[in-house]
Amino acid sequence: MNQRSWVAICFAMALLVAAPLGAQSVADSILEARTTAVAAELRCPVCQGLSIQDSPSELSQEMRGMVRDQLRAGKTPAEVKAFFVSKYGEWILLTPTAQGFNLLLYILPFVLLLAGAVVIIVVVRRWTHTAEPVSLPPTDSP
Amino acid sequence: MNWKRASLAGLVAVPVIVLFAYGLTRDPRDIPSPLPGHEAPPFALQVFAPGQPPLARAIGDTVRLAAMRGEVVVLNFWASWCLECQTEHATLSNVAQQYVGKPVHFVGVLYNDDPKSGTDWIAKMGGQAYPATIDPHARTAISYGLYGVPETFFLDRAGQVAYKVTGPVSAATLTRVIDSLIVAVPQVAR
Repeated sequence: MNQRSWVAICFAMALLVAAPLGAQSVADSILEARTTAVAAELRCPVCQGLSIQDSPSELSQEMRGMVRDQLRAGKTPAEVKAFFVSKYGEWILLTPTAQGFNLLLYILPFVLLLAGAVVIIVVVRRWTHTAEPVSLPPTDSP
Repeated sequence: MNWKRASLAGLVAVPVIVLFAYGLTRDPRDIPSPLPGHEAPPFALQVFAPGQPPLARAIGDTVRLAAMRGEVVVLNFWASWCLECQTEHATLSNVAQQYVGKPVHFVGVLYNDDPKSGTDWIAKMGGQAYPATIDPHARTAISYGLYGVPETFFLDRAGQVAYKVTGPVSAATLTRVIDSLIVAVPQVAR
């Protein structure tokens, strides 16, 4: 066997060893991305308005670990979120679901915006219609 | 300002004022738990501080919810760095001793802390009647929807979460809830 053959065999063996490691690394980064996405939607229980992804608190770190474990075990992001809702209630979701009473949160801003626009239109119309014509003082002609 | 404008302004302002006033009466930390009325999350927690006879458990023993079926469980989450936990510590220990021989188990769960600090704290506080356990990675704490410490959960004889107290628990609450749970007939078999 010549030198070229040895190089080819070594290269092939290196590929065989590296391929699973590469695949593992890709799988890990996909899992990490999914964990980040779910964690960004869950509220940190011990912070003010932070997600468990953004919070440095230990509880949030443990919760992120739990999210990662559940995703690794095959649960869908919806199932993971449902798990946390079953423990903490809907409060744990940073974005409330658009159902029932929560619908008010989504509809009310638009209703208020519309009401504000109507008020502005009515007031402006009233101003323009009730404005008195300006009468100029008579001027003395030479 | 004529009466029409005044009533329109009132119509807009009153609901807003009522909404803010209602908000001021509520404690933002008091978030209702969805757990009461539902099956208690199972746990298996290792003892790091044995407690005192006759409630003592050996260090290293595993306290399992499944092994306490048919009995009331008082699950108290605490930490050595928690100031409010000092307030309730003696109360919990005293009430636990009052219920010796009755179908009640007290379990302390150390939250976000290390067992050495927990053991030192218990010694500093003059001991603890019931065993204290560790909760690696706060898995039990999260499964009980813990926000902070102290929090106390009362599990009924049917294995359901019956009641939750956020903050230091009083002797009156402990005895009232435990007594009601002891006499309650289990509705759901574990």
